[in-house]
Amino acid sequence: MAKFFAVTILVIAILSAIPIVRNTWHPVEDISTHGQAIDDQLSETMWEAGISFLASQILLAWLIWRFSSNRAGEKTKSFPGGAMGLVAAAFILVGVEVLALGIFGVKAWANLYFTPPGSDAMPVQVQAGQFAFYFRYPGPDGKFGPIHADKISEASQNFFGLDPDSDPDAKDDIVTAEMAIPVNREIRLLMHAKDVSHSFYVPALRIHQDFVPGLDLQIHFTATKIGRYEIVCSQLCGLGHYNMKAYLDVLSQQDFDDWLRKEAAMQ
Amino acid sequence: MKAHYKTAVTTCALLMLGFGLLYSTHKTINVSAAAGGTITGTIKLDGTPPHQKPIDMSKEPACAKEHASNPVTTETVVVGPMGGLRWVVVYLSEGLDAGTASQVPSETPTWDQKGCQYIPHVMALDVNQHFKVSNSDPHSHNIHPLPAPNGANHEWNRSQPPGTPPFDQVWAGQEVAIPVKCNIHPWMHGYLAVVKGPTGVSDANGSYTISNVPAGTYTVTAWQEVYGSQSQKVTVGAGKPTTADFTFKAK
Repeated sequence: MAKFFAVTILVIAILSAIPIVRNTWHPVEDISTHGQAIDDQLSETMWEAGISFLASQILLAWLIWRFSSNRAGEKTKSFPGGAMGLVAAAFILVGVEVLALGIFGVKAWANLYFTPPGSDAMPVQVQAGQFAFYFRYPGPDGKFGPIHADKISEASQNFFGLDPDSDPDAKDDIVTAEMAIPVNREIRLLMHAKDVSHSFYVPALRIHQDFVPGLDLQIHFTATKIGRYEIVCSQLCGLGHYNMKAYLDVLSQQDFDDWLRKEAAMQ
Repeated sequence: MKAHYKTAVTTCALLMLGFGLLYSTHKTINVSAAAGGTITGTIKLDGTPPHQKPIDMSKEPACAKEHASNPVTTETVVVGPMGGLRWVVVYLSEGLDAGTASQVPSETPTWDQKGCQYIPHVMALDVNQHFKVSNSDPHSHNIHPLPAPNGANHEWNRSQPPGTPPFDQVWAGQEVAIPVKCNIHPWMHGYLAVVKGPTGVSDANGSYTISNVPAGTYTVTAWQEVYGSQSQKVTVGAGKPTTADFTFKAK
């Protein structure tokens, strides 16, 4: 009976591993400069988890096969060191595995979050509000004008609550509903939420950052491939969350300059 | 026995007579067009209107495509080629007799959502007049009127998926005007002006007409969403048109 059980465990382990290996889902093509480390981390985790799973199931099946017995009077075998030994071994094995993943992952995280942007990174501001993203470019003066929450008026497209008549820095600010960036240029993204929590997620850029109401957050990245990508809100923010998105256009420097000029004319 | 029978019949007859008299004095709902005068006029803007910004609807690709060749702009101040101011609500703020004020038109106008815009941008309704909210777009909208708090009108918002039939709504109190927004599409904006009595909304040339106005003296008020209200007194003769023009000053 026990030997049958051992075989069953082995069969289940192999049969569940086969479809997972055959239907591996690959993330979209990475167009960022920092994303390789994240993709490597994902691969390593999948390999390590898969091998650990199969190894542990095979070991379990072998132990059952080897040490099971129907004969009366036979003493039960126990793990060397007893219960304490077993717990210690499990602790060490699992602990080492998790620690290894953490150490390898920390480098990918630090590369993105603990490394400051370059001094010539292009600043773009994004405001997340139910249920759209709006973007602001500082204009030729390179400065963002102050935001006045009481001046926000969606009816007249003043999404940031700017007051160009009183604030000279706000005069040349360019507010857009789409985000365009030049390719191969580092971008410094300034983020804040107008109301509740949202999230800025561009899968191809390997950027996934929550907006926390009350916090001014900054992330930086560089896109390496021209194209049109979706920015989707990935933090449930209300009944329109399913529809909350904007488009990211990665353009050549020339196309970007033309686009920015066109948007400035529409302010 | 016979006495009771007599009392019963007499009481019934008296009751029927009484109700008959009551009903004969009850005012009819239908408005008699022949008895009313009209007030017409033109509304102009003096000065340069504020720049109306083009609306980027890229977040909703179906609407972005619909307006690709003809982009829409904000509609806070819409001025025609001859300086006529559109979307101004004109109504009778004083002078309406109780009878006319309590009449409710039987028409149910439609407040439509099409191309991610409210059509019309401003709609005038009577108090307790039913209207229909419809969604002509291939995606959901969430209509959200924002009446003033602590008033007779209560705030509500309602999702309307595509293909669903229009739903019926009504406002209980006078309010000029209730702003309406869409929770899903932040650029959508419109107004519902709820007023007792007949009203008019100025067209692309700034012209308006208020029909079915009984003869009398009134204060006519014009309201625009940016420039607020202006009033003037008019006297309406039965069956004759009266003119009341307004000019708003651009700030």
